[in-house]
This record gives sequence, C-alpha cells and structure tokens, in this order.
Amino acid sequence: MTKQVRQLDRVVIRFAGDSGDGMQLTGDRFTSETAQLGNDISTLPNFPAEIRAPAGTLPGVSSFQVHFADYDILTPGDTPDVLVAMNPAALKANLGDLRPGADIIVNTDEFTKRNLAKVGYTENPLEDGSLEGYVLHPVGLTSMTVRALESFEISKKDAERAKNMFALGLLSWMYSRPSESTLRFLERKFAARPEVAAANIAAFKAGFNFGETTEDFVVRYEVNPAKMPAGEYRNITGNTALALGIVAAGVRSKLPVFLGAYPITPASDILHELSKHKKFGVTTVQAEDEIAAVGVALGASYGGALGVTSTSGPGVALKSETISLAVALELPLLVIDVQRAGPSTGMPTKTEQADLTMALFGRHGEAPVAVIAPRSPADCFDAALDAARIALTYRTPVILLSDGYIANGSEPWRLPDVATLPDLQVEFASAPNGPDGQFLPYLRDEKTLARPWAVPGTPGLEHRIGGLEKADKTGDISYDPANHDFMVRTRAARIEGIEVPDLEVDDPDSDARLLVLGWGSTYGPIGAACRALRQRGLPVAQAHLRHLNPMPKNLGEVLKRYDRVVIPEMNLGQLASVIRSRYLIDAIPYNQVRGLPFTAAELETMLEEVVKNA
Amino acid sequence: MPEAGLPAGAAGATPLKLTAKDFKSDQEVRWCPGCGDYAILAAMQSFLPELGIPRERIAFVSGIGCSSRFPYYLNTYGMHSIHGRAPAIATGLSVSRPDLSVWVVTGDGDALSIGGNHLIHALRRNVNLKILLFNNKIYGLTKGQYSPTSELGKITKSTPVGSTDSPFNPLSLALGAEATFVARTIDSDRKHLQSVLRQAAEHKGSAFVEIYQNCNIFNDGAFEVLKDPETRDEYVIRLEHGQPITFGKDGEWAVTHPPGAFGLQVKRTAEVAADEVVVHDATVDAPAYAFALSRLPDTDLRNTPIGVFRAVDKPVYDDLVRTQLDTAKAKVTRGADDELAALLGSGDTWTIL
Repeated sequence: MTKQVRQLDRVVIRFAGDSGDGMQLTGDRFTSETAQLGNDISTLPNFPAEIRAPAGTLPGVSSFQVHFADYDILTPGDTPDVLVAMNPAALKANLGDLRPGADIIVNTDEFTKRNLAKVGYTENPLEDGSLEGYVLHPVGLTSMTVRALESFEISKKDAERAKNMFALGLLSWMYSRPSESTLRFLERKFAARPEVAAANIAAFKAGFNFGETTEDFVVRYEVNPAKMPAGEYRNITGNTALALGIVAAGVRSKLPVFLGAYPITPASDILHELSKHKKFGVTTVQAEDEIAAVGVALGASYGGALGVTSTSGPGVALKSETISLAVALELPLLVIDVQRAGPSTGMPTKTEQADLTMALFGRHGEAPVAVIAPRSPADCFDAALDAARIALTYRTPVILLSDGYIANGSEPWRLPDVATLPDLQVEFASAPNGPDGQFLPYLRDEKTLARPWAVPGTPGLEHRIGGLEKADKTGDISYDPANHDFMVRTRAARIEGIEVPDLEVDDPDSDARLLVLGWGSTYGPIGAACRALRQRGLPVAQAHLRHLNPMPKNLGEVLKRYDRVVIPEMNLGQLASVIRSRYLIDAIPYNQVRGLPFTAAELETMLEEVVKNA
Repeated sequence: MPEAGLPAGAAGATPLKLTAKDFKSDQEVRWCPGCGDYAILAAMQSFLPELGIPRERIAFVSGIGCSSRFPYYLNTYGMHSIHGRAPAIATGLSVSRPDLSVWVVTGDGDALSIGGNHLIHALRRNVNLKILLFNNKIYGLTKGQYSPTSELGKITKSTPVGSTDSPFNPLSLALGAEATFVARTIDSDRKHLQSVLRQAAEHKGSAFVEIYQNCNIFNDGAFEVLKDPETRDEYVIRLEHGQPITFGKDGEWAVTHPPGAFGLQVKRTAEVAADEVVVHDATVDAPAYAFALSRLPDTDLRNTPIGVFRAVDKPVYDDLVRTQLDTAKAKVTRGADDELAALLGSGDTWTIL
C-alpha cells in the first residue's frame, strides 16, 4: 500500500524501557541517523543509577529523548510527540509527560498480568480506554523480533534482546531516517559475533519493513534538514566535547596533559575518553581517591604539564584542600565538576547546578579561583579551552562547572578549524629574575600578576614552594602581618584581573524591560522560553554568564539597564544571591531542583507573569 | 612532550663536582635544638653529591609535620605540600618527569594516619619515588599527641590515661602493599643511614625507608636502647645481604625458622646448627620473608632489624605509563594540529553546504 507522507518541522521522540532493554543505544542510533540527515538535534538521556534495577519496575525505567527539527533548536523538548514504551513500567513512568494526541508505540508482549501488577496497574491500560486521548500502536515487538530471527543460530535470549533494533527500524521508517550508519555500527559492535550482528541487522530491517507494510501506521513523516551554518558537523555529548577540548588545549599549548581522576558519575566518561588519546601526550591516572586524583594533577603541573582533574560535586568537596594548595602555589590546575543532584550521594544520574557557591567560596581562607561554565554540550569544547587559557596565563586553579544534563545530552557540533583555535603557549622561567642574579619565585608579571612557572630541571632556579604563607617576591616562609595582608589581596587581584569578554545581551528589538540572566546548562530552556515570548509580542532580553569568577566587567551596567532581572537556576538561588550582594539589585530568583532540566514551557509561563506584572 | 618540558637552554646542567655545601639552602633551620632531624638532614646533604645528579634534577616533596620542613633546607627543587598528600603529588611529578629524582619526606602521622591511603597505593604501583618516613612515634608539630606508631597505652596530651590504639608496624604495612624496596635505619647512625639511602636511590621503583628519629621534646629516648652502646648490640639486628643473621655482642643470637610454624624466631646461636641460621636474602620474591623479619621486634624493641629488608625488581609504574605513551606517539605521522583535526572529525560526520 502507498503511505501518506507528511512534512513536520519538529518532532520529540522518547524511547523508554527497562534498564536492560538498550534504550540508550537505541536513542543514540536514532540520533546519529537524524544527524546524518542534517536536522538540528538536542538529546536528553535519563537513566537510574542502578546498573540493573529489578526488571519491569518503575525505578528501573531508562529513557532517551531526542528532539529534531528543520530549524535551530535549544532544548530536547518539553513534551514528547512519540513514546516508545517497551513495558508497562515505561508507559506508566512517561505517560504524564506526553502531549495530548501523542503517538504511543507499546510492546504488547510485555503487558502481562504479572508485569502490569508490578507497577500497580489493576487493569490493562491498553484495553481499559485510559489511553483514548492518544494514538496507540500496539506492536508485539518481542514476538515479532523472535519470529523474524527464527532462521538465525542464536539463543532465544539474543533474539529477544534484538527487539530494540526492531523498534529502531520501525521508528527509522516512520521518520524516514537513513539507516546506513546504524547498519555499519551494528557490524562494528558485533564484529566478534557475526551471527549476532546479522541478527540485529535483520531485526532492524524487519522493523523497518513492518512499518512499510502494516496498516496500523498509515502516515510516514519527513523533517527537512535545518538551515545551519556551512561546515562539517558531528553529534557530540558534553563529556566528549570537554575531553576533546582538553586534548586541544594540550596541542595548542604544546604541553603534555596530565589527568588525575577517580571514577564518579556523571564525569567518568571524561576519564574514559582522555585515556584513549595517549598519542597526544595525554597521561591519565586512575587514582586511589579523589584527593590523590587532584594531587597527581597538581604534581604534574608543578613539573610543567597541564594538570587536570575531572569529577562531580562529592569529589570537589574532597579536593578542596588541594585546590587551596594550588591557590597558594599559584600553579595552573583545571578542575572539572560535572554537577549532579546533591547533597551527599544525592541523585548521581540526575542533573543540578548547586555547586556554584562551593566553586566560588568552598575553601578555607581567602582562596579565590576562576570559575567558568559551558552552556551546552558542544560549548564544552570551547569552555575547556577557555579554562586552560585562564589556568595557564594566570597560574591558577580554574573550576569548570558542567552538569549531568549537558554532560550526557548531545547536539550537533560544527567542527572548528584547528588553526584558528587559541594559541595557549606559555613560557617557563629559564633565568634568574632578581636584581642580584637570584631567582624570585613570587616576582609577578605586572600585567597578569602571575608568578614565573619555573619547572624542576631548570638549572639555577632551584627553589622551594609550599602551602605556608610566602613572602612577596622571594617566596620564603613569612608570618609578617603586612605581608600576609598584601599576599591575600594580591591573589584576589590576580583573579579579579583575569580578562573575560563582556557579557552579550540578546535583546533583538532593544525594547525589553525584563532581563533573564542564567549560567551553565539552563541556556537552552531559557533561550527557548525567550523566543516563544517574543513570538507572542512580549519583549524579553536574555544574557548568559560563562564566567562566574571573575564576572564580566560590564555586568553591573547591563543589570542596571533593566527594570527586572530574573535568574532561573537548578538550585535554590546561588547565582541570584551573589548578584544581589555584589550589584545591589533586586534580582528575582526562580528555582527548581527536580534533577531534571527546566522545560521551556514552565519558564515561559513564569516569565510571562513577570512581564505582565512589570 | 618537548624534552620533559624543559625551557630552551636548560640542557647544560650544573657541574657535578658538588659538595654537601651545595645542597644547603639559605634558609635557617628551625627544628628544636637536639632534634633527630638535624642528623638526618646533615647525612642527606653530604650524601646527595654522591648521586651524581645535578641539583636541578632533584625534587623533594613533603607533607605536613616537623619532618616535612625538610625540603626548605635543601638547595634542590622542593614542595612542602599538605598533610598526607605528598606521595600523590610526587606521583604526578615523577610520572610526568622521568628525568627527575623525586624524594618524599614524611612522618609517622603524615604517612600512616592522614596519608595512609596514598602511601600504600604509591607502593603497590611501584612509582619511582624514594620515600623517607621519619618515625618518632609521636605528633611533634601539634605538640605531643600519640601517633599511629605510638605503643598501646602511651600517655600523651590526648591520651591522659593511655592510648587505646594498636600501632602500625610501618614496614609490615609497606610489605603488605608489596613494596619493592623496604629498609629501616636510625637517625644517629650516619654511616648506616647513608648506606641505606644509597641503596634506596639505586633502586628502580618505590623505595620505602623508615628512619627511627628521636623527638627530644615529646618522646625523648624512644629508640635509646637501639643507640646506647650498652644495649644496642643486644637489641639491634644488622641485616647484611648474603650474610647469616646473627647479633649480640659476640653474635650469640641467631634468627632461625621455627620448625613447623610460620615466621622467624630468635634463638641462642649456640643452640642451633650453623645451617639453621637464616642467611639474609633481600631479593626473595615473596614479601612473606621480609614481612617475617619485620615482625621480629618485641614491644621493648628487642630484636629490631635494621638495613635493607627487601629489594626486588618489578615493573615500575612510571615506565609502564611512559611505554604506553611512547607506543601511541610512535604511530603519529602528522603534525599535532592535523592529528587534532582528524580526532575532532572522527566518527559519523556530515557536511552542510
């Protein structure tokens, strides 16, 4: 039969199933196919911390949401248009998020009495009329996959496991996705087990062909490529972009990169990625604990490497004493905090941006460090280079605040021209700098206030450094009151003097009286909400901070231009309280800590209230 | 890495005709008068020229405590870091800079209490560090609390009716972590101290040296029986590789294997056959032998072995890491920027015109 083809400008699909159903892989493959087509994309994986929570239960549900469009988009989407539910738990956990009239594809084979009871369904929702507001597509995903693979010499378990590829094939048909990259991927993934590779490919094709032939799916959709700047693109997660940014910082500084890390969710992928890039002179040490991880990085910085440590909030807490030491030693150190929901162990796989005040103030004594935050997955690459620039130029620890949302989420990234990446080369001290031919390890550069980086191995510059307060210039131990006061103020001035670009404001018609100020991963939802308001004729300005310490020099002036300043954050108002105290303005905090990113719709509603009441 | 990250012109090292004076820094030494640390510092300063390594290629990293002031008094590169973390920081330095001789100076509180984790992990990895643990069995810098090597029942400021903690035996701990070089020496015995330092310096990988050090303010005389000419021969077992282990004024004590039991024991030499006396072999692969030696001392320090307990060749962490890096780098055929461009564009990409 000939199917109707309908054009759409955007679609949000959520794949949901048991932790063991391969939903992350399915979503990832669908994203890759979609990228090949040239749509703009934004993704949101959402999974439990347990590797295998009890099968079929609500806590065990894992999902992957992908938003794709023929225009540039900023978020993974608020409300899915399509839900693929591999079992009753996946249906129950995700139903509330769907838009009315959404398509629901369910694996009917899993809707057994026992599985329904596990999640508290007394009636089968596929039969009791409760899904009437949606377009339901009941498909026997498991049984059809097993039947399609009857001729393969694989176990029943392996055949059943291929059901996610059947679902992927079906969705690929439904949205007219090119399948070559998935077929290549399956061949690579199961290279050691050709029979399993062939079976998965067959399952994918069976799903695709099922869509083509079944009468249940009468419409096939197309989403045209988005108009994006010309160039070569790849889809990238924040953690990968961050790791590649660190590799690039090593290349552009001509320094060896030395990563010390202890495995922690959601930062471990940075360690995994960097451990692959030894040919760039990247050393990775999986240390015995978080403290050792930052210790080895600092030791390597002392020796002339770019020392990096990657972790999440609990790890930063443990590293704080060593970061203080780096403040006193005035050596470069890059500390990456992929924030997760806290306090304590909190919700390790869920996002939050509640480590800002820890990054700014969480050390003993007056111990200022530079703090920067990327705004999106692809932006992590540039943020890593910027963090390295600051660390190397000013000889200071830099804390980079990513979070679980952008670490695991992905978007298309236009590959940069390597030759245009910043030149990060630094000069080590090579000769005595004192008036009498002696070496003064704390004699500062007049412009940056950075001290010389004199690495062991340099003849004539032998010197001792440490955590005890040092005398200006000589670096000798000093308990002199005036010297301590001077050194504390000088260390602060060095950070305050870091060059950061002015804050740019997005206020297309320059008529807004409301400014929405954000930082980090909230850029997408805030941007989408602002766009929606403007389309409705409500003027609103958006500004987003990359540099949290020091803040842009024009920030105070920008804030004073607007009648109202709203600061949405996934914490209880940490940036808002800094802004209020530093700039003496009545900023309005808007806060949410649900372990999930803001939806654009809720921000739009909130901002509309503020605009109307202004 | 451009020649271990050295600035241009750094290749011409300082002349190697060095003396103890060359290793003295311009800082005034500020330990308490009579502290055992002075003797260790003097021994180190006069030993370092022997190494034949220019000053700029030697780095001392310490933690916190009296002993950790050590780097300030040596005219080499040095870092006085934070409490317990020196082995971790030194690991980063050593692994990234194989051209350096990296020494860690630590104490019983620094290495065994707050920094215990870093110590055992540096040892099990066999990082190329020379770790000197000054053991005075007390917290000196904080003015006299018991340490993880203080004896059970020790009366101190924080234990007015006696410590309830069982102490660590530092050598047993290091051997449990399978340290490849383990030795003990005494602050006041300069010749022995320097001989142990020499062997530690020559060892490839982690060298762990416990130095009994007298704190004359808070724990005076803790090791007196090992130093006093009246008692020392009866108390100290001097280990010599390849020699039968006997001690006492006239060699009247011998170390033997107890029949049908684990470990080692001390018996009267006259009561054992010559071939029953253990001949010391520091190269025994299994750490169990050196561990048995480390268990010989009684709580009153009788039967305390000093010298090199264990010195075995094992793969060095630094070398393993470097080999992986060098192997990967050998495959590079393009310039760094081109290589980076290839990495950034790896995986599935698409072009928008």
